[in-house]
Amino acid sequence: MSAMLQKSMEKSSVFDLSTSSLRDLNAMLQSLPAETNQTSWVVKNPRGAHALAVGITTPVRVNIDGHAGYYAAGMNDGANIIINGNAATGVAENMMSGYVHVKGDASQSAGATAHGGLLVIDGNASARCGISMKGIDIVVKGNVGHMGAFMAQSGSLVVCGDAGDALGDSLYEARIFVKGSVKSLGADCEKKEMTAEDKLILADLLDKSGVDANVEEFTRYGSARKLYHFHVDNAGAY
Amino acid sequence: MNDTPVSHIPQTLPRFSATFDPHTIAEIQRAAATGIYDIRGGGTKRKLPHFDDLLFLGASMSRYPLEGYREKCGTDVVLGTRFAKKPIHLKIPVTIAGMSFGALSGNAKEALGRGATAVGTSTTTGDGGMTPEERGHSQTLVYQYLPSRYGMNLADLRKADAIEVVVGQGAKPGGGGMLLGQKISARVAQMRNLPEGIDQRSACRHPDWTGPDDLEIKILELRELTNWEKPIYVKVGASRPYYDIALAVKAGADVVVLDGMQGGTAATQEVFIEQVGIPILSAIRPAVQALQDMGMHRKVQLIVSGGIRTGADVAKAIALGADAVAIGTAALIALGDNAPEFEGEYKKLGTTAGAYDDWHEGRDPAGITTQDPALAARLDPVKAGRRLANYLSVLALEAQTIARACGKSHLHNLEPEDLVALTLEASAMAQVPLAGTNWIPGKTF
Repeated sequence: MSAMLQKSMEKSSVFDLSTSSLRDLNAMLQSLPAETNQTSWVVKNPRGAHALAVGITTPVRVNIDGHAGYYAAGMNDGANIIINGNAATGVAENMMSGYVHVKGDASQSAGATAHGGLLVIDGNASARCGISMKGIDIVVKGNVGHMGAFMAQSGSLVVCGDAGDALGDSLYEARIFVKGSVKSLGADCEKKEMTAEDKLILADLLDKSGVDANVEEFTRYGSARKLYHFHVDNAGAY
Repeated sequence: MNDTPVSHIPQTLPRFSATFDPHTIAEIQRAAATGIYDIRGGGTKRKLPHFDDLLFLGASMSRYPLEGYREKCGTDVVLGTRFAKKPIHLKIPVTIAGMSFGALSGNAKEALGRGATAVGTSTTTGDGGMTPEERGHSQTLVYQYLPSRYGMNLADLRKADAIEVVVGQGAKPGGGGMLLGQKISARVAQMRNLPEGIDQRSACRHPDWTGPDDLEIKILELRELTNWEKPIYVKVGASRPYYDIALAVKAGADVVVLDGMQGGTAATQEVFIEQVGIPILSAIRPAVQALQDMGMHRKVQLIVSGGIRTGADVAKAIALGADAVAIGTAALIALGDNAPEFEGEYKKLGTTAGAYDDWHEGRDPAGITTQDPALAARLDPVKAGRRLANYLSVLALEAQTIARACGKSHLHNLEPEDLVALTLEASAMAQVPLAGTNWIPGKTF
């Protein structure tokens, strides 16, 4: 455990999942009033439980001290949720706003369909990271697996390592930034020129997620917009 | 030797092929000219074994009927009694199926809410999210949880009365969707987080779960997000009903929705609509069998849909073991779809009232399947809602008429023993005897 987390835990309210239930945890976190003074929580013994800290609408800080199962921080709307371990499928799925930080690796569909907020993954993310994302920003400090940002609609996916096959397949207007290599691009995804606006967005995300890297080292990918209107001449692209 | 003068020889009449019939020939010619398949709305148009192939026996020497207009025949249904803290109580067992704002105009969605609410039943959102008008005019609103998750958000999820996880639909089991650019207005685009005017694909697979084991965890999350209050439905297109229903129940569904191939769609390839999936008549008994085998019949409620038109259809579906039905196409017709008053405009679109199915083009003269403000304004949501309420009332009255004749004080007391089949196919599919016999193909000898 980091010294910083240790320090924050000392001031936090502790919820121990070895003695209380998931239902009690979520019910408590979801019912916190906006003016609560219990703004920092530590969840001990998560032991890979599913649906941890979902649907929170109060801007509190929640430290999940261990590995999380599926859909941790699902539909988060304003909370600051840290997972001090790995996260299984669909971490921060459909997040509306707030901040989710995975200290380890994330499994498939991290940040799926999320509308807002920032998801930071210190390790790697598996397949379909950012699938159908609708406005969220995702920063992956390691690599992403295949079909990253599949059907991604808006928001930004930043990959500080390498990307797997079919990056950005069937992409809409989301922005993708990759520092390392890309194994292959998916249908209708292409390399784009990095604009001044892109650089500002990328620099801001790197700064917010504590990544020390130069925006010039990244390549920007986006939609070629050739499949925006169905045309039989494009049938071979699908 | 032929003595008949040439002018008197009978001529062979022009004869159309049963295989290459005029429709088939026209489709080959159209495909050859355009290089693209046909897309349309609605459900299958081919003739299928259906509820018309079943009859009720009615009461006689060994069964006592109930007095029409006097003795009570209940029609209510409670959905979501398995896990949800707040099950839904409907006055009639006919619900409005999921149809999106986007596919339908705002006025059409409002009218569906008004009509359903007037008779005490539910309506359902669709791909594209929940509109305030729809929520406001629907006393009981089911919020669909679809692969695209367009418009999906926590606040609306908590405003819903039930959540329907859509795995598939009868018109296209295994298919996603496509809303063509002409229907992506500024408001539709904003709700879906997409640029205006582009073709919008709806995914065929959910983005964050695959298969029943994942679905079980997804349902847990949805319950945790909503305080375990809301019934969770799982909707599947009819294809392998026994296993699909069993897996939905295993995954934790409160209610399962089974949509036959007659179920409509806003826009799908004709070949998909007509060639994939099975008729609802053939799907109900295997679904009920799965529920019975798991000890879950009437505990996990079964809603069936796809080609429900009359109170007789409602009664037959319930007699075969369903708890309720859902209607989509019939509800749109009640609102005003394919009304004869627009015949002149249907003709201009190359069709005729009763056959119009280009719902994907957004040019609906009745103002229902469109986002064109001028066309949409033609549909008065109050009057259209009243027409829907009238129609829903007729469905309930017709179903009650049949149930009383069978001696049943509640629609749910109807049972397969009240039915016989007119055809071998229907007898085999519905597992009720061929009329006048004790024979069920595959069951009795």
